[in-house]
Amino acid sequence: MTDTAVETAARSEGPAAAEPASTPPPGAGGHGPPPVPSFSIVPVRALPVVAAVLVGLIVAIGSNNLWALTFFHVAGGGLWTSLDLFLGLVLGPIMGSLSIPARVEFTTRFMPKMLLIMPTLVAMTLGAGFQLARHVGNLDASYPHHGWLVASFVVVGIMAVIALGLLEPANLAVLFELKKPQPNGERIGRLMKVFIYTAGITGVLQIATILIMTFLASR
Amino acid sequence: MTTAPAASPPGFGEPDAEDLHQADLPPVMPIAIVTLALVVTGGILVAAQYGRAAHLTVPTVLLAVSAVLLLANAVLIARISAFAWPVFFRVLGWALLAYCVIAGILEYVFVYDHTPARLLALFSGMLVLFAVDVPLMLAYSVARWQPVDAT
Repeated sequence: MTDTAVETAARSEGPAAAEPASTPPPGAGGHGPPPVPSFSIVPVRALPVVAAVLVGLIVAIGSNNLWALTFFHVAGGGLWTSLDLFLGLVLGPIMGSLSIPARVEFTTRFMPKMLLIMPTLVAMTLGAGFQLARHVGNLDASYPHHGWLVASFVVVGIMAVIALGLLEPANLAVLFELKKPQPNGERIGRLMKVFIYTAGITGVLQIATILIMTFLASR
Repeated sequence: MTTAPAASPPGFGEPDAEDLHQADLPPVMPIAIVTLALVVTGGILVAAQYGRAAHLTVPTVLLAVSAVLLLANAVLIARISAFAWPVFFRVLGWALLAYCVIAGILEYVFVYDHTPARLLALFSGMLVLFAVDVPLMLAYSVARWQPVDAT
């Protein structure tokens, strides 16, 4: 998304560009959509960090290094779980109580980062986790607690469908809506609800994953 | 997330042209989500049998059904007359790139682990569907809310 990654400073410089023609600018006593700060849909400066993480993941898998695989799986899974829980149970209710301009400002700063962070954490956790399970023999059908591992596959599968089918599309749609000259605040609110609720659901499912993983790690 | 009615300016939330356009659009998202669910289910069934003689009939059927659904979805999208096509293809292209990288990493794991040929073929097919279906969802979910003439 090269062009969408370009800052749209012009939109925030002039009220005429950010407001509908029929409504006065904010602060002039009228009612229009709140001003949207300039932002990049994809935070380009963070892409090298993502690339470095993915290269590290490939090296960890290629070398079958137990520490590296455990690191990527545990660090990725821990961050993924924490972020989901924090989003759904802490940040969601806070966002609901903010004014619309505050929500818009927060969204423009927060959502682009999530667009890179979440897929990277998911790739780290699942890629390293699969290889780790195969390396230590947990993936084998003869593993005594194989049923628990399959249960974790099911939970992760449900989370993946929710995250990829509902959460990510909502995230991206919000960002593109905010790039419009006249963003539809009601639509942004609806899409943000989908984002926050699905993050909360995946957060709760993450607790099931933690229970299974800690059970398996302690056997 | 609860709404804050007092903070909502009047006229904020009235249906616009994109809202009114939604009724004309085919059910792309439900079909795409079902496609993804079938691919994931097939992947779980195969992964659950790792290390023993795998029964691949059900995962193969799931793969075939999800491929048909993906094709049907592509046809449904192609038949939309008024749509923000430039936005759709821009998002689709970049999302394809991103998800091909993710699918590529997973494929690398399977190849590196010397996954048996039949299993590898099945996994590869699932990864291809995954890497196309998710970008399709992302591109559609963005373009559906954009003005038809948006670039």
